Parts: sequence; C-alpha cells; structure tokens
Amino acid sequence: MAFARNQWYVAAYGGEVGRNLLARTVLGEPLVLYRTGAGQAVALADRCVHRRFPLSESRLDGDTIVCGYHGFTYDPTGACVFVPGQQRIPRTARVVSFPVVEQDSFIWVWIGDLDRADPAAIPRAPWLADPRYAVVRGMAPLNARYGLLVDNLLDLSHETYLHGGYIGTPEVANTPITTEVDEDRGIVYVSRHMDDADCPPFYARSTGIQGRITRWQDIEYHPPCLYLLHSRIAPQGVYPPAEGEDREAFHAEIVYAITPSTEHTTYDFWAVARDFAIDDESVSEYLHHSNHTVVMQDVTALNILEQVIATEPDRYQELSINIDTGGLAARRLLARMVGSGTVGAAR
Amino acid sequence: MSSRAGTRSGDRVYRIHWVPGTDTLRGICHCGAERLAEEPVELWEWLLAHPQGHQGAAVPVPGPPRRLAMRE
Repeated sequence: MAFARNQWYVAAYGGEVGRNLLARTVLGEPLVLYRTGAGQAVALADRCVHRRFPLSESRLDGDTIVCGYHGFTYDPTGACVFVPGQQRIPRTARVVSFPVVEQDSFIWVWIGDLDRADPAAIPRAPWLADPRYAVVRGMAPLNARYGLLVDNLLDLSHETYLHGGYIGTPEVANTPITTEVDEDRGIVYVSRHMDDADCPPFYARSTGIQGRITRWQDIEYHPPCLYLLHSRIAPQGVYPPAEGEDREAFHAEIVYAITPSTEHTTYDFWAVARDFAIDDESVSEYLHHSNHTVVMQDVTALNILEQVIATEPDRYQELSINIDTGGLAARRLLARMVGSGTVGAAR
Repeated sequence: MSSRAGTRSGDRVYRIHWVPGTDTLRGICHCGAERLAEEPVELWEWLLAHPQGHQGAAVPVPGPPRRLAMRE
C-alpha cells in the first residue's frame, strides 16, 4: 500500500514529546522527537549520518542530540555541530529536520516535499485543547495497514457486532446512512441519525440517561489522517433547538488520527472529548477504560485481517453493500492523494 | 455540531442517501442529476462520471419498499 506523502500526519501527542527522546516511524521514515528548552517540538531523522546509529537511542545535551555511538552532535535544525577528533565538520553532516506543528494537542509532522508544507492545511480538532471539554486519550499500535482502520471507522455498523456491550446496539447497523463527499475540500461525511435507540453502556453510564435515546453519529473524515465523529446523545425525542445552544443533549467529539507507520503497521491515536461531567474523574476513568477496550477490540480484529490479506491470492474480490458507501468514498480520496500528493487535484 | 445529514453546501458535493425502509440508494450529483441503485459501487461510478450520463437524468421515483431494511 502506497502512502500519500505530501500530507500532514500526527506523530505523537504533545504530552509525549518532552526532554526525553521519542522514536516514531511515520510513512516508513524513522523519526526522533524531542522538545527544546524553549518548548519547541523537533522531529529529526532518527539515523546518525555517520554509521546510522539511532539518535533516539542517544542523549540530549541542551537542545542538541549527541549520538550515543561516536558523539556526532546535531542541533534542532538537523545540522551537525560537532564531530569527534577533528575540527572540520563535513558539509554533508546533517540529518533531515521535518516540519512540525503542534496543534490541538497533537504533534503534526510533514514527511513530503518541504516546499509544499502548509500548516494552514492541517485539519482541526479543537475540542482536544478546549477547557470546556474533558478529554481521555490513548494510542494503540496496530499491526495492520492504515486502510483497514479507515474502512473500520467509516463504517460504524460494525459497532453492533464487534463492540456490543460497549458502544454497539442493534440500531447502529440497522439505521440507513447518508454519505457526502465534498470534492473540492476532499472531505467525506457519513451521518447516521438514530431517532429511537437503545442507550449503550458507554453513554448510559457516562451521561446518566435512563431509557432510550436519540443518537446521532456525524463523521467527518479528512483524509488521510484525521477522523472526527460528532456524537450527539439525548433522551429519546429531544432534538436541537432551531436557534441557540443544544443544551439538552450530551456531546462527545471522538477523534482518531490514523498515521501509517510502515506499510503494515499503523498508529491509532484515539481521543474522546465530552462537554458533560467534565469535572467528574470517575466518568473520565470509565470512558478511558471503555474506549480503550473498544479500540483494542478493533486492533485485535484488524491485526487478524492484516494476516488474512497478507496471505491471500492477488485480486481477491470483495463485496460491498450499502453500509460501505462512506468507506468506498474514503478509499477513492486516499487513492487520489497517493497518486497526486494533494487533496484537491483532479481525478 | 454538524448540520443535519445530507444538507452540506459546496460547489461539488456528491451525496448518497440510503432511502429509509428500503435497500435502495439515491445518488445526487452536484449538477442536480439523480439516480437510484441497489449497491454503492455502481452508484459512485455513475456520480463520479459527471457530467457523462447526467444530462437530463430524470429524478426517479422510488417504488414502494420491497422489504424493510430494519430488523426488529
């Protein structure tokens, strides 16, 4: 599976990047991440230019990394500022420094052509850094290609079968969806509005709602990396007012960042931001535990699927049905991005 | 909060509604052409072929539900 290189990807949460060296591989590119004394996040190629020793296995000295093998020393721009035993620093002694943007609690990196890195193109997930929301989050490494996670998240009917007892109820799989593709902005929207549904434990225990609910799932997928699920939960029959704030409902903004690590491995960043019970630590603990469980159910299933795909004959013929309408749209946009490197290019 | 499903504005928005109570999908192109289909691959191909085959595409009238998509 090829990568869309000229795109922004989440390499880490901001909280993971500090004064220790963090190794991540994005689009097959080994990176070392750290933060300067002034607080700026840095992403460098994780191989010393001398004998390839991983800089992530080395040490920080102020804002520089000193290679743990022979002492080659690199500043935050990737320039080598010291080599052992001689005064002359070879002109080619430099590692790649990748553009980094810290936004909405994520560390975004750009692996593609430097002159095409536009921070304004990074899609937003503002709830993750908004004090009006409480956030639980995590990251699960996946031993599966990223496209399988895209398929998974664009078709939430699987909640009924894979996540029963947590977030799945019969109505999810049984409710028709509306799919839209904004061709110019390169965004896929999938909406499933359940007017009268069972309340799954995930929401019953966190909101305190007794009885049936009106449950809306509105997905925005900003390929390749950012997936947003706007989840609206309300007592059955309660709809947003024509004007003003939707105070009678509970809102959870469920965010995934889908970052290809290698062709067959993926970082599954997940977060749940809620606008209710934001000071209730027991709700945070419950939602963290539940969503982690749900994510690991997906990880187990997708890891199995990756093994199946890896051993199947070429040109296996899949079957797509109505529930796959959004997933098919996402696949097409991804294929277009892999081919052209940009979202808005002509087909 | 997102807008109501299926109401997104934009110059080039393709839309597929799953017609409630049926197995039918209704595709709507940004040019206004509409088409019904029973599975999504064929419908995406038709939508993305715009403008080919979209001129004068009549708005089809769905028949009565052949069976309920919902299982009770």
